[in-house]
Amino acid sequence: MVEYRIDRHGGVTTYMQIVQQTKQALRLGLLQPGDKLPTAREVVEATAINPNTVLKAYRELEREGLVEPRPGLGTFVRRSLAGPQATADSPLRSRLADWAALARQAGLGHEDVSAMFAAVLDDYPRHVESVVPAAPSVPAPGPRDGEPAEKGRT
Amino acid sequence: MTHDDSGIALAAYGLGKRYRRGPAVLSECTFRLPAGRICALVGPNGAGKSTLLALAAGLLAPSEGAIEVFGSAAGDPRTLPSIGLVAQERALYPYLSVEEHLRIGRELNPGWNERAAERLIGGLPRTWPAGTLSPGQRTRLALALALGKRPDLLLLDEPMADLDPLARHEVAGAIMADAAERGTTVVISSHILAELEPLCDHLIMIDGGRLRLAGGTEELIASHDLITSARDEDEAPAVVLEGWSHTVVGARAAGRTVTALIRPGSNLPQDWIASTPTLEDVVLGYMRNPLAPPLLIEAQSDAVADPIRKAAAL
Repeated sequence: MVEYRIDRHGGVTTYMQIVQQTKQALRLGLLQPGDKLPTAREVVEATAINPNTVLKAYRELEREGLVEPRPGLGTFVRRSLAGPQATADSPLRSRLADWAALARQAGLGHEDVSAMFAAVLDDYPRHVESVVPAAPSVPAPGPRDGEPAEKGRT
Repeated sequence: MTHDDSGIALAAYGLGKRYRRGPAVLSECTFRLPAGRICALVGPNGAGKSTLLALAAGLLAPSEGAIEVFGSAAGDPRTLPSIGLVAQERALYPYLSVEEHLRIGRELNPGWNERAAERLIGGLPRTWPAGTLSPGQRTRLALALALGKRPDLLLLDEPMADLDPLARHEVAGAIMADAAERGTTVVISSHILAELEPLCDHLIMIDGGRLRLAGGTEELIASHDLITSARDEDEAPAVVLEGWSHTVVGARAAGRTVTALIRPGSNLPQDWIASTPTLEDVVLGYMRNPLAPPLLIEAQSDAVADPIRKAAAL
């Protein structure tokens, strides 16, 4: 199950925050095909946002083929965005965590690490072949299906 | 749910109200609010918000024009069961306890739903007379009575004003949950737009008793541009904008920069940079300039046969 957190001052529309957080959950494997999205009622009761905003976000996810409404049952995940190496328990992620520990030992702050990661990501190809061979020697996890437009504000 | 097929929950036609021989509190208001919308009713203090809500609830009769709820005149006994009102003074009986108020709700409303009311009662002291409750607790009780009635149109006059931030979030969540579940049309008044912005998809702004803005929030935002440009320091902001076919809602200068809220007419001149305003930018623009022409966008009633809407309700 995914739980949405709405940032009211971030400049990203509420509707886009729900779309992005759902995709994030799909990427990390927190949501998998067959999983049910929370009902509009559950989302708005927890977040105090407009119900039509939730519907609009779900409609967008449906348009992208990620979820489907099943009459009488609810809204369900159709497709995952998680690459084989992008889930929470993947070797790549644990190596990145190890690297983060090293950076901390070296005295790097949160912003230093973030800046370094952003710089490395800058040189990373925007579109990676969808089937990546499971090579643990790849230095950093990247955006699997590369959606640059979604990174910024909408 | 609705009593007619128009899909319009609340409609006003040339609506006006004056108290005794005093000046008009509302005049020439014409708008239609589609069923299922969450509407923010905004305007400065004394704009006529409470009067409009009292007219919709049938507590006051119009001096001019008409106001209709689901196609029948407001105040018509047939529409009363479908209206839930939380008035600004939180009409409660000071000597009756919380429990006794719930009993009144139960016995006077055929469609009473105990669960809907209980959600808002929470930890209120049930044996206390309403007169001994804090303002925030009184608000919760009044809202519990209004939601327990399972109304199709919920009219809320400043519902958040007395609540602490946590209660505000809880109460707003409960109202939105009811709307998600039952498609309730909600009108919420406040003079603090920031607390309404995440809740509403429709907006009515009145000022000095006149309608200034009405329509879906997305359409209202999309009808405006926030533009900035440089100017010579001694040039008045209005002069910089002269000669273009835009409707200028407001312009302000800070140093060499002019910022203006406009309704775009033709293409912008090259040296202006346009961005999308927030709902608050739009509302503040109209509040600052009482002479800006009103913008009333006729809202289409929403499609009900929507698979996502049906599935997400489960």
